[in-house]
Amino acid sequence: MHATLKPEASTSSADPVLRVDNLKAYYQMNYFGVSREVRAVDDITLTIRRNEIYGIAGESSSGKSSLIKTIAGAIRPPLRVVSGSVRFDFDGRTLDVYNDPEAMKAARWRHLSYVMQGSMNVLNPVRRVKHAFHDFAFRHMGLSPSAFRARVEAHLERIGLDPQVLESYPHQLSGGMRQRLAIGLATVCEPEFIIADEPTTALDVLVQQDVLALIKDVQMRLGSSIIFVTHDMTVHAAIADRIGIIYAGRLVEEGPSQAMFEQPQHPYTAHLIASLPRIGDTTRRVSLPGKPPNLADPPSGCRFHPRCPLAIAKCETESPPLVPRGEGRVACWRAGEVAAA
Amino acid sequence: MSALLQLDHVGRSYPVGGFFARRQLQAVKDLSFTLNADRPEIFTIVGESGSGKTTTARMILGNEVPTSGVIRFLGQDVAAIRSRKDRLAFMAKVQPIFQNPFEAFNPLTTLDFYLYSTARRFLGLRTRAEIEAAADKALQHVGLSLVEVRGRYSHELSGGQLQRIAVARALIPSPKLIVADEPVSMVDASLRMSIVNLFRTLRDDLGVTIIYITHDLSTAYYISDRVIIMHKGDVIEAGDARAVLGNPSEDYSRALRNAVLPPDPVAARRIIEARLERRRAALTEAGT
Repeated sequence: MHATLKPEASTSSADPVLRVDNLKAYYQMNYFGVSREVRAVDDITLTIRRNEIYGIAGESSSGKSSLIKTIAGAIRPPLRVVSGSVRFDFDGRTLDVYNDPEAMKAARWRHLSYVMQGSMNVLNPVRRVKHAFHDFAFRHMGLSPSAFRARVEAHLERIGLDPQVLESYPHQLSGGMRQRLAIGLATVCEPEFIIADEPTTALDVLVQQDVLALIKDVQMRLGSSIIFVTHDMTVHAAIADRIGIIYAGRLVEEGPSQAMFEQPQHPYTAHLIASLPRIGDTTRRVSLPGKPPNLADPPSGCRFHPRCPLAIAKCETESPPLVPRGEGRVACWRAGEVAAA
Repeated sequence: MSALLQLDHVGRSYPVGGFFARRQLQAVKDLSFTLNADRPEIFTIVGESGSGKTTTARMILGNEVPTSGVIRFLGQDVAAIRSRKDRLAFMAKVQPIFQNPFEAFNPLTTLDFYLYSTARRFLGLRTRAEIEAAADKALQHVGLSLVEVRGRYSHELSGGQLQRIAVARALIPSPKLIVADEPVSMVDASLRMSIVNLFRTLRDDLGVTIIYITHDLSTAYYISDRVIIMHKGDVIEAGDARAVLGNPSEDYSRALRNAVLPPDPVAARRIIEARLERRRAALTEAGT
């Protein structure tokens, strides 16, 4: 199919670091002869540029975590890739995630790292923090133990942690410190691509901004790309360069964050932004009627139509394609009319 | 004018540390406020983790006894409720809503069971038809119906729907006061507003007073009538919600207020960049 690890003539900064083409990943289950298919990632195509923070937003069970797991190649049955491809471009070499598991293994953490959901709890509670760094990063850095230790200490200092924390156990640290450690762990090898799944959701309000500033700082210093997943649109407003909105396993809108907040094109995006509470404004916010779709049996046509205020007959039968519009892309039959409504 | 709930110099301390290094941790210090029985309101307690807001909620619910001061509900000392009969009468008037709806409901029990057993216990209903009618009435208040809930398990519904069912369950005995401890922090941002709007409806239509405990200042501003801001057991600021949150006078409340990111890319980005500058300045200073 694709040649893996093929050297390319030149890597210009305009080349996307990640290309996802028509990716479909389904949870396929077979119990007592009854098979069930949950289409968590349904035909997603997107590219992520170098030096960019790409935010993925969507409600729980919309498939956003499945999408990034599939991108990271960290999937396990019953989740399977049905079709499509995920290709990274590291140092001008193409890496096809689902065609070359060996190269993927070598690239993991070195080029591609992951800040997990609930990363406050990823540290082993019965081992000192330094062991986590050793387990994750030592093999990839190719340094002597003492040089490795010095490197880790310098790195921690840069992200605002006392190197002393290496000798602590996780329960001795606060939530904000553990979150910082998780970010430190993901960035110590200076990877080109970082996937962050809800890194600020479990944090106190006062710590949230610090962690966001830290992520931004690390990203600017390393020049890496970040996929940032959260359901909180205000966090996307603060750090994402571009935002992709996922609804029921599909990408329904994508665009630069500024443009999206000013003029959302999809009615779901418009709802997400309009429902945000603001200090100084107590006008009543409408909440979306209906319930989130069941991915095992999604609605026909446009999956948003049962809850959409703008739905017309066409929406019930025909699924809208994701087409370029303005500075981004949108999948809606009535995209032009959202602002007016 | 009578008091629904009155906290009179309430404090709660916990012993911490080992046998020799024992000290007292003051979780709540000298907290006083009064909720008026004639005027239902949404009373918000704001604070970060460790501020004592959950301890306060547990004391109001009678799950925790204050180490100093008195909590009176309709004139009766909550800590002095002893008999099962009094306890049930109190619980019928004061109902809780918990933080995580996925943990509040047993995954192996159908959700209607919770509604039925609440109706049986607090309303004394015995026939199936009466119990179902009571459950359905409560569910109608939160925009659901028994048909949608009957026989369903918690994994079949979204967090927002589960939390609405939790509110419906709390409404069955027609309570005077609902204590909601972080009811929206585990719910998706997009579903958050449906819960928050529901609280407004309860206050306006059913006359229920709600103690809303949260760390999210933007929803607090959106629905509260009065607010207190707590920090390490102390009340930092108290008063009318719009005045306190719109224009905080204490340093700590101002810091909390500034920690709320505005839903606007330009303004939010500026805040993060300012943080970044400060971080870098601090690092270079430490380096030299």
